[in-house]
Parts: sequence; structure tokens; C-alpha cells
Amino acid sequence: MTTETIQVRLNGRDREVERGHSVLSLLESLELHPATVVVELNREILGRDRYPEHDVEDGDTIELVHFVGGG
Amino acid sequence: MSATDTSAAPETARALDTPFEIGGVDFVSRLIVGTGKYETNEIMMDAIRASAAEMVTVAVRRVDLDRTKEEAILHHLSPDEFFLLANTAGCYNAEDAIRYARLARAAGFNDFVKLEVIGDEATLLPDVHATLEAARTLASEGFKVMAYTNDDLITALRLEDAGCVAVMPLASPIGSGLGVVNPYFIREIKRRLEVPVIVDAGVGTASDACVTMEQGVDGILMNTALAAADDPVRMAHAMRQATIAGRLAYLAGRMPSREIAVPSSPTEGMLD
Repeated sequence: MTTETIQVRLNGRDREVERGHSVLSLLESLELHPATVVVELNREILGRDRYPEHDVEDGDTIELVHFVGGG
Repeated sequence: MSATDTSAAPETARALDTPFEIGGVDFVSRLIVGTGKYETNEIMMDAIRASAAEMVTVAVRRVDLDRTKEEAILHHLSPDEFFLLANTAGCYNAEDAIRYARLARAAGFNDFVKLEVIGDEATLLPDVHATLEAARTLASEGFKVMAYTNDDLITALRLEDAGCVAVMPLASPIGSGLGVVNPYFIREIKRRLEVPVIVDAGVGTASDACVTMEQGVDGILMNTALAAADDPVRMAHAMRQATIAGRLAYLAGRMPSREIAVPSSPTEGMLD
């Protein structure tokens, strides 16, 4: 049995992910804590409350950012 | 209290200075520190605590999806303990800086941003035109903009007009450790602006921090001076005390300097 996948661009790299992911389940599959990550989807910031309901679609460009050390 | 009790320093600051306000938030510590370039997160946290800084800067970057066990900085730096100031470091145009600022605000801690738009890779000097453009947009979106800029009075005045809650002229180029290269312009900016003036970048050692604060500015922001010291924690103690010393010396008002000696002891009453 093959799992159906879609193609996304994730943090600058092309990547295949399973179809049917919400943003929240995608973050969980990457072992990222939703509270510490900001999601930009196709150049628009996605509010944290929308992570569970918003589906990842074929061709999406997704940026996952967080705070790092800086001056 | 012993003469070497360094914990006395912040108490002295509280007693002899007043808190200062940036965008409606009060701070006792006039020292703001960055979180970049430390060897380990443990040294970073020890240095930040030694500095007694309340406001701490962070950068916005992609999550490294190939990470093995790298921990997010917020794992160490509690937003309950420190006021996080996200920067737009690394941005070379207004559009990118605005994008990074919006991402930072979406993290959900506060509306403050350290706006930094770099104009030249070699000197890391700011692009003041792009900084002004980004400041206007961000202020209109409700951001509390603290703008990194050069030591040019006119740009500083325009940034204030654009709605910045603080203007942050450099002492000298980022990471250079050259200290205040133009104290006169720093003083002039402080004299003319209503919003807090915080000197950002270029401080190398404690005497630089002291001289900076003696110009009368409201605060000082540094990163490399701590992170690149042989002993960052010891340097953080030194910077904390130098910042307070410079501030108090400014408030105290120095004696006039003159190129002639004047005796301190009475010239009367000498023996025959």
C-alpha cells in the first residue's frame, strides 16, 4: 500500500509530506512545539489558533521560524 | 556589605536613579543585552543574569529541521523572567525587515521590535532610508519600534517623527568594540529627542559603557562585548557596574576639566 503524498516547499527545501496534514499535525510530525513556532504559509502569517483547522495543500510554501540568539 | 559586594550596584541604581520608560514599559536596568555568539547557552544565561539586564534581544530565523538535539532559545530564556526584544538583524531592505517584525510579533510576546536594516555588508552600517520607510509602516501597524541607526541627528529626528518609541544610534560599527567614536553627536541626539536614546553597538569594554552613559543617553545595548570576552560572565558584571557608574556620573554632573593644577588641600596654615 502506498501513502498518497503532496509536494510542499518547507523552510527552503522541496519536501514530500502525507496528504491530509493540518498545520498542527505537520508540526507534530516534525516534533515541533506549536507554541514556540511561527508559521508563514505562502507569505502570510497563520495565526496559532488556525493550526488545527488549516490543511497543508500541494504546492504550499511554508516557513517555520522561531527565536534564536541574536544582538 | 563588603566593598566587593557587587550586588550593591543595582540597589544603588534604584536609590539614585529613576526607572526609564520605553513605549509604556518601565525598566530599572539601563543595560540591554543580546543573546548571540555565546559558546554555550549556560554561559549565556549566567552572563545575562550577571548583567542584570531586563530587556534581552533575540533574532528570528528558520527552524533547523535537520537539528539533532538543538534546543530553542526560549528553552533557556524564559519570557516570564526577561522582556524579549526581537530584532530584524540580517535584513537588507524595508520589506524584509517588516516581514521579520511581523513574524516576531506573531510569536505572541509583545509589540516591540528592534528595527535594523543593514545597508552595507562590510561595515554593517544601517540603511537609514530603508530604516525610516520600515519604521513608518511598522509604527502604523502598532509596533513599538526601537530603531537602530547611525549617529546622524537628522535621521534620529525623522525616526522619532515616524513614531519610534526609542532611537538607537551606534557607538561604532556592530561587533567592532571601538567604543563611542563620536560622543558629540550622541550628546546632540540625546539633547534633541524626546523619546529614549539608547546607544546600540560598538561598545568593547567597561570603560566604553561608562563613557557612553556619561553622554547622558538613556541606555545601552550590547552583545559581542559580553559574548566575545574571555570570561563573559565577569565582563557582564563589569558592564552592569560601568553602566550604572556612567549614569550616576552623568546625573552627578562632573567638575570642569582644566589643563592647570589646583591644590585640594589648604594652602594656608603651612608650618614655617
